[in-house]
Amino acid sequence: MPQIMVEKLIKTFQVAERSTGFMGAVKGLVHRKYRTVNALDGIDFSLDQGELVGLIGPNGAGKSTTVKILSGIMVPDSGRVEVMGRIPWKERIESVRHIGVVFGQRTQLWWDLPVIESYQLLKDIYRIPDRQYKNHLDRSVELLDLKSLLDVPVRQLSLGQRMKCDLAAVLLHSPKILYLDEPTIGLDAVSKLAIRDIIGRINREQGVTVVLTTHDMDDIETLCRRVIVINQGKIFMDGTLQQLRSLVTTERRLIIDLEDSAVSLSDPDAELIKQEGHRVWLRFDPAKITVPELIERIAKAHPVRDLFVENPPIEEIIARLYGGAEQ
Amino acid sequence: MKPYWAIFKTRCAVMLQYRTAAVAGFCTQLFWGLILVMLYQALYHSSSGPKPMTLPQVISYIWLGQAMLLVLPWSNDRDVIQMIRDGGVGYELIRPVRLYGMWYSRFLATKVVPMTMRSIPIFLIAIPFLGLQPPASAAAAIAFAIAMLFGIMLSTSIVVCMNILFFWTVSGEGLSQLLMVFTFLFSGTYIPLPLLPDWSQPLVDFLPFRGLMDIPFRLYLGQLPVRELPRLMQGQCLWIIFFVLAGHLLLRRGLKLVVIQGG
Repeated sequence: MPQIMVEKLIKTFQVAERSTGFMGAVKGLVHRKYRTVNALDGIDFSLDQGELVGLIGPNGAGKSTTVKILSGIMVPDSGRVEVMGRIPWKERIESVRHIGVVFGQRTQLWWDLPVIESYQLLKDIYRIPDRQYKNHLDRSVELLDLKSLLDVPVRQLSLGQRMKCDLAAVLLHSPKILYLDEPTIGLDAVSKLAIRDIIGRINREQGVTVVLTTHDMDDIETLCRRVIVINQGKIFMDGTLQQLRSLVTTERRLIIDLEDSAVSLSDPDAELIKQEGHRVWLRFDPAKITVPELIERIAKAHPVRDLFVENPPIEEIIARLYGGAEQ
Repeated sequence: MKPYWAIFKTRCAVMLQYRTAAVAGFCTQLFWGLILVMLYQALYHSSSGPKPMTLPQVISYIWLGQAMLLVLPWSNDRDVIQMIRDGGVGYELIRPVRLYGMWYSRFLATKVVPMTMRSIPIFLIAIPFLGLQPPASAAAAIAFAIAMLFGIMLSTSIVVCMNILFFWTVSGEGLSQLLMVFTFLFSGTYIPLPLLPDWSQPLVDFLPFRGLMDIPFRLYLGQLPVRELPRLMQGQCLWIIFFVLAGHLLLRRGLKLVVIQGG
């Protein structure tokens, strides 16, 4: 049986609508209009233990709502959710004991306490045995380089430091499932790498299931074997990163460094994207022409210094996917 | 109980940091106490009719009121209110504890620590120099301590309710001020309750506010006999149960607004 099961999940929000201007405000006093927004409009998926899945989608697509429902802090309108055999919002206290949640936008630590005191409080709240607490803490301190941060009050931490501390906090009680809602948002490159590294490790070494929402395509490319694309409350695609690529486009790119920057390169089966000095970018469809054929043809026509083939960047894929979804 | 105890302890440690507030409060209370004492002295010297309390008793009562001022239920917690306003309260549910218990522990600590920090120096100064009588007897002192403890628990249960009301009101200040007037009048902060007119006594007896100050203070002074303690505590307990239940219900309804509407 899958560890997480979601069936026909529906969640709507009521948004108060106000007419503009003074008369609108007066009208609002007497009669309020509500508009129903479908945050989730029938979501189905299931996850096995040890999976690492990325939930992606534009803002307001329903990613965070999904995470909140899975973690038991929000009640859906209808649909079935079982996480480790429990309905999260019905058995909230038992359910949240076995999960860890990190919201990138909001710390779970106590604002006016030094980090280490937050950890000690969590130890008591989750009733973590001394040995386990010490092991987890030591490991996180080493992996995330927290030693110098432990005595600092949370409010004085930078965003990157705070995120590391939040992540360490959530690992103390050995959760079986981790929900990470935009864990790398607003972080610098070094912090992002550290956060990604530990997420990957926890998943690989301890078999912790990870559900990750993000806008950062590097997160997806380095971490996720499986991606679920959500848009307007519906699942747009559920599969591997390769499947995601091929769903949108089969296009490949050939990048060539020419000996002579003056030539203008053209080929019937490839399209010129741009040319900057010696370097030329071409796009082509591998169904029409194979890579060796194309290379051979170009190398015959012009002296070539270097060349390589790549996939279009995932950002572009996603942009096209969202663009397509809106039409 | 361990998680709630841990929350209480941790919050106490945070509150202990506010030493400047304690010093400032101490000075304010000293000032107010002196003014009130002078006021009652003038009143007692200018009228000669029979009075339900002697002047030394009134003066002691006033000083007790200043020492224990922070037992009154008007400490709103900005963090909690902010959390309720911006919907962040939903995130609190991520912990495997009951939210009401978590908040009660937090507010209890927020009440106990500043109150104690402010009261001890007032006792130390008012007993030798300002006319605060020592407790009527050892038994009276113990009865005072017990009744005070229940007063603190009662106050906390009221404060939790007041803060939960922020689920529905955008600005709860008006409500807090209304409550403040009631507590000043009916707890005995400025006017010892025996001095209130006879016709108001049944109301005073019924309202919960008496359990915050008047009951422990009169036990301290020996004006209420120690053997009355169980009966008096019963009144305090009934109100505690009332406000805890009300808080639970309100919180459950309030959370429904949040979990349905989202963060």
